[in-house]
Amino acid sequence: MSIMSYNGSALVAMIGKDCVAIASDKRFGIQGQTVSMEFPKIFEMGPQLYIGLPGLATDIQTVAQRLTFRVNLYELRENKRIRPKTFMSMVSNLLYERRFGPYFVDPVIAGLEPVTHKPFVASMDLIGCPMVTEDFVVGGTCSEQLYGMCESLWEPNLEPDDLFETISQSILNAVDRDALAGWGAVVYIIEKDKVTTKTLKARMD
Amino acid sequence: MSLFATERPKSGFSFENCARNGVLEKTGFTAPTAVKTGTTIAGLVFEDGIVLGADTRATEGSVVADKNCSKIHFLAPNMYCCGAGTAADNDMVTQKISGELELLRLNTGRMPRVCAANRILKQMLFRYQGHIGAYLVLGGVDTTGPHLYSIHAHGSSDKLPYVTMGSGSLAAMSVFESRYKPNMKREEAMQTVRDAIAGGVFNDLGSGTNIDLCIITKDKVDYLRPYDEANIKGQRQGSYRYARGTTGVLNTTVKKIDYDVTSAAIKQLEVMETD
Repeated sequence: MSIMSYNGSALVAMIGKDCVAIASDKRFGIQGQTVSMEFPKIFEMGPQLYIGLPGLATDIQTVAQRLTFRVNLYELRENKRIRPKTFMSMVSNLLYERRFGPYFVDPVIAGLEPVTHKPFVASMDLIGCPMVTEDFVVGGTCSEQLYGMCESLWEPNLEPDDLFETISQSILNAVDRDALAGWGAVVYIIEKDKVTTKTLKARMD
Repeated sequence: MSLFATERPKSGFSFENCARNGVLEKTGFTAPTAVKTGTTIAGLVFEDGIVLGADTRATEGSVVADKNCSKIHFLAPNMYCCGAGTAADNDMVTQKISGELELLRLNTGRMPRVCAANRILKQMLFRYQGHIGAYLVLGGVDTTGPHLYSIHAHGSSDKLPYVTMGSGSLAAMSVFESRYKPNMKREEAMQTVRDAIAGGVFNDLGSGTNIDLCIITKDKVDYLRPYDEANIKGQRQGSYRYARGTTGVLNTTVKKIDYDVTSAAIKQLEVMETD
C-alpha cells in the first residue's frame, strides 16, 4: 500500500478570468476508518495566496507549519508580501532539502500576483519539482479521476461564479469514485478584492 | 529545522525524516515515485556551434504530469544543459551548477569553459553515487570552440559529436546514426535534431507533446520553445458548463481584501470653449 493513500485526499486548483479557485475534500481517515470530516488541507499563506497539501496527514500539518514559519520570516526580512512564484520556489526548496527522506505531500499552490493580479497555479511532486500550468493542477489519491474531470470541464476565461461551478463539480464527481477521499468539500475563490470560501453539500459516504 | 528566528538555517540536504521513512517502508507502506522526465534529449555539434533538442513530457508513473515542461536548462550565457531522469534533481543540479559557474566567472574574470561545467557536474554526481538521478546532455561554445558532453547520474561523462539520452534515446540515436555528418550547416543540423526528438516523441511512451530546440553559437543563443508543436490538443466540440447555482452550498464566507493605493493623481480637465 502506498504511503500517499494512508490518509486519502483530493485537491484541485483552477485558473479563471482574473481569479483562481482551489478546492479540497475534508476527510481525515486512517486507511479505511474515517476519523474526522473537518480536516483542513488548504492553508492561507498570504491574503491572495493559498497552498493545498494532499498526502500523509502528519506531513500536511508539519509542512504547513514550517512554511508559515518561513513565509513569516520572509515578510519580516523583505518587508513585503511574498509573491506566488517566489513562494513556489520556497516550497520546492523546503521539499528538496529532504530529497533522501521526503515529506509525503504533493503541494498545490493557487494565488494572484500582488500588483498585476495575474492568476497563478502550480503543483509539485514530493521532492519539489515545480510545474506551472495555464489551466489547472490536481493532487491527492483521486488525482487520476480529477485529471479526467478537469480535462473535460475546464475552459479558459471562466468568470468567478462559473469557475466555482466547474471546480465544484470536478471535485465532487471525482471523489465519488474514490473511497478514501470525500466526506465534504471546501472551495476558495480568490479574486482581486475578496476571497470567498464555500462549503459544498456533498455525499457523506 | 526547528530553530530560533535569529539563527540562519543550515544549507544542504537534511536527513531528519530518514529514520521514520525507513520504518514506514518496513511496515509495508511504499514511498511514491517522484516525477520523472521519461524524455528524449539530444545534442549535436555543427559547423558554427551546438544544437540541443528535447521533448516536453513529464511523467509520474504512467500518468502525464506536465504536458509542456522545459527540459533545456540554463547554465551560463554560453552553455545550456538538457536533463533526463528525476525532474527535481535536474532542476536543482542545473541551478546549483549555474550558480557555481557564475561564481567561477566572477573569480577568474573569464567566461567559464564547457569542460569546467562538465567536471563540476560529474564530480558532484559521483559524490552522491547515482542517488541524484540526473542524466544530462551538456552543450556550449567557449573560446576553444563548441563542446558536447553526456553525463550519467553515477558520474561518468562522454565527450562526443552527437549524443542522446533518456527513454527515447534509441529512437533519437537511430536518426543521428543515419544522418549525422561532421560540419553540418545550421538548417540541416536543426532539422536533424528536430527529427531525432520527433522519433522519440512518436515512438517512445515516455516522451511527447512539443519539441524544443536551443542553438548555441559563438555570438548568440536561440532558445526556441516550442520549435515544433508536434501534438496540438483537439478542439472541444461541446461546452460542459454548469448553470450557476447547480452546486449545493452549505455555507459561504466572504473576506474582503484591502486594496493598496499605489498612486493618486489629479488631472485637470480642459475647459471646452464654445464660440
